[in-house]
Amino acid sequence: MRFDSLLESVGNTPLVGLPNLSPSSDVRLWAKLEDRNPTGSIKDRAALAMIEAAERDGLLTPGCTILEPTSGNTGISLAMAARLKGYKLVCVMPENTSVERTQLLNMWGAKIQYSPAAGGSNEAVRVAKEIAAKNPSWVMLYQYGNPANTLAHYTGTGPEIFADLPTITHFVAGLGTTGTLMGAGRYLREQNPDIQIVAAEPRYGELVYGLRNLDEGFVPELYDETVLTTRFSVGPREAVERTRELLDKEGIFAGISTGAILHAALGMATKAVKAGLKADIAFIVCDGGWKYLSTGIYESSLDEAEAALDGQLWA
Amino acid sequence: MTVTVSIPTILRSYTGNAKTVECSGESIAKLISCLDGNHPGIGARLLDEGQLRRFVNIYINDEDIRFMGSLDAKLSDGDAVTILPAVAGG
Repeated sequence: MRFDSLLESVGNTPLVGLPNLSPSSDVRLWAKLEDRNPTGSIKDRAALAMIEAAERDGLLTPGCTILEPTSGNTGISLAMAARLKGYKLVCVMPENTSVERTQLLNMWGAKIQYSPAAGGSNEAVRVAKEIAAKNPSWVMLYQYGNPANTLAHYTGTGPEIFADLPTITHFVAGLGTTGTLMGAGRYLREQNPDIQIVAAEPRYGELVYGLRNLDEGFVPELYDETVLTTRFSVGPREAVERTRELLDKEGIFAGISTGAILHAALGMATKAVKAGLKADIAFIVCDGGWKYLSTGIYESSLDEAEAALDGQLWA
Repeated sequence: MTVTVSIPTILRSYTGNAKTVECSGESIAKLISCLDGNHPGIGARLLDEGQLRRFVNIYINDEDIRFMGSLDAKLSDGDAVTILPAVAGG
């Protein structure tokens, strides 16, 4: 495949069968390898779509500064695109994220403003909104409420999966901004009204939920629960266990959030086997494991891995 | 019938700092009444005018109750219920 530039090559990722993890020839699992995007994560899709939408709307003009709250991957994608397109980028990132995220953001020239660990991304959103108010000329793309995020998956991720797997019965992805599930989920349901759209939500350590009160909770503006069939909360232990299983059985070296998604996908596979139904379950590999090597979770015991991730934003 | 309920940090002032408590009820609505009976005031933090508050998520064995009938979601002996505030990702 040939492209005119790196940005042109976002998307069109492979869908790979998992012969060893699939329970039978009737119940099959398929991994959408989003780590094959330019900066190594699914967020390249939303980042590029949001920038291009802002350019079309006249919000972004050459030399502009982009501001974004992000736990990492969206910031890395924006940093790459901003570099190529001549924008400056300021990321508001919680301090409890892996060291590789900071290294990658620095590498692509982004400035990082850290937000307090307690409260996780909720705090990053709050701090970014404060900074935006003080810097009216900066452009906050705001992945949690930007329709271009959802649209990137409605026009990209969803159609790509359906073209490769018209017999799809389940789509499983992570719930962060909710963009992937809302966009690809809506597209896939239009093709097959009976499809099950399944969310896997990371369950972090207590520090991350350390809000001052419940009114400071956060539900992304993009979220529409009617798109989902069900939603699972997956803790770090299960996520790490499945991340390693994916590596051991299928050779796929993925990040930790992918383990959480695989956990939910395998749960749906078990249900289909018990019910005697055929199933083609597609799930998202959000990113590769490279950014999480410093956590040591690929080699340590599960207890050690769980301890290492406690209080970290691992997805 | 007993279920174990995990309490998030911000609601532990109601449970004497206990991380988990036991309670009973055939549905989430009944479980919340039981919780409020044992830990007065906690119910009002979870519900607003009889509905689950927007920033409160409750899971039965890790599945979100909003997809299982919400407050009518059924409970069985030994179920694990987790209460968490809604947080952002991305």
